[in-house]
Amino acid sequence: MLGVDFDVDAERFVALVGPSGCGKSTTLSLVSGLDRASSGVVTVRGKPVDGITGEIGFLFQRDALMPWKTVRDNVLLPLQLRGVPRKDALRRAAEWIARVGLRGFEASFPHQLSGGMRKRVSLAQTLVYDPEILLMDEPFSALDVQTRNLMEGELLDLWQGSRKTVMFVTHDLEEAIALSDEVIVMTAGPGRVKVRYDVPLPRPRDIEKIRFEPQFTELYSKMWNDLRDEVLESYARATTAG
Amino acid sequence: MREQLRPVDRWVVVYTQLALTLVVLAGWEAGGQAGWIDKVYFSKPSDIALQIADWWRHGYIIGDVVTTMSETIAGLIAGAFAGIVLGIVLASNRFLGAVFEPLLVLLNSIPRVTLVPLFILWFGFKFESKMASSVALVLFVVFFATYAGIKDVDPTLVANARVMGAKRLDVIRHVLVPSALTWIFSSLRSAVGFALIGAVVAEYFGANAGVGYRIVYSESNYNTAGVFAGLVILMVLVTLVDTFIRWVQRRLILWKTAAL
Repeated sequence: MLGVDFDVDAERFVALVGPSGCGKSTTLSLVSGLDRASSGVVTVRGKPVDGITGEIGFLFQRDALMPWKTVRDNVLLPLQLRGVPRKDALRRAAEWIARVGLRGFEASFPHQLSGGMRKRVSLAQTLVYDPEILLMDEPFSALDVQTRNLMEGELLDLWQGSRKTVMFVTHDLEEAIALSDEVIVMTAGPGRVKVRYDVPLPRPRDIEKIRFEPQFTELYSKMWNDLRDEVLESYARATTAG
Repeated sequence: MREQLRPVDRWVVVYTQLALTLVVLAGWEAGGQAGWIDKVYFSKPSDIALQIADWWRHGYIIGDVVTTMSETIAGLIAGAFAGIVLGIVLASNRFLGAVFEPLLVLLNSIPRVTLVPLFILWFGFKFESKMASSVALVLFVVFFATYAGIKDVDPTLVANARVMGAKRLDVIRHVLVPSALTWIFSSLRSAVGFALIGAVVAEYFGANAGVGYRIVYSESNYNTAGVFAGLVILMVLVTLVDTFIRWVQRRLILWKTAAL
């Protein structure tokens, strides 16, 4: 089904863009070990992926917090699963809750928080166990535009500190360019890598302002040219099929 | 049109319910007194009240309630426990689920009352046959709710737990069971009713104590007031137990308190 073939260098922030149904999310599932490839190999740090390794963090598009656990217990969960001693785990969870700006909400349940706050909890839950690789599947797509920009900025700040390898799936080209070192454009239907772009914008970046830089708009129009054909193609297929 | 959107006043509802009950009881009583309603078949509220008072004086009520409730509670606990465990195992193991779920559907289609003679053959007219009759009803109700509750779990939550390092048992403990808990609790509420039905029906078949026994005994003596009195006692019992379960439910499922 999928004809994806590419490498991602360590410590890079790489965005995958493409029309819906091109296999962006499937790629992430395969890298994470949640799903197995029917053919072909996925390797992470030189080793073929065979199930879940624990060195990967995954930020889902949908709410993935346990609704019956408080903010603290949600952030504690991955540490608990790893058998981190309780005292140590509590300290690390408190630290990450503070770092995503949710001090004071430790005892709240997810349904008592806004969408943006829930994403922050998810971010803390993922980063608290310090995974080597971060996979993000349109994590901010359900948020309103303002919250989304804020979250993108915060994600970059957090990433700046740790420089983890990130694979960020999105259908939003602007978001892809603003965040990443490299953008991979995928083709419609049988997903293949169409073209890869380096994003030589300097870091640290200011998410609010970067969109207005001439270099940004230039990159944007170049990539949009490539992406547009694929989007049109996928759209044509969807309408004839429907 | 606006009036329709106004919430119904709770107290108006309560007073209407009370008034309705009083009207029915008063009509029944008056009809009985006047002879429009045949007391032999329908008794009348005052006779039922006198019967309850009489039983109370003889100490029957406490004894019957304790007997029936211990059968009910034993059946409820054993049946619910078995149902929950079975539900978890069959819902979290696809092979076992595929093999056993249809068999349980088949067993569930047997009218449980028809099994009581079998339980009596196996356990005699003792406590165990009543408990078994309760278990036979409760187990299925709780099993199907647990099974459906686990099948209904949001797959994103399971994926998230797995990525974070959850093994099979961790997923059951941190995701599947808490997610199924709302389903399990709502099934427990109906299970209480079923447990009581199981115990009382088994008492009908043969016993020497219990509310069901008291009802059948009254019936065999043409004591209609006694039959009704037994039913009133059952009604009160179920209401009390249901209130208790709702109380526990509110405390255990804090994260959904708003919705309950």
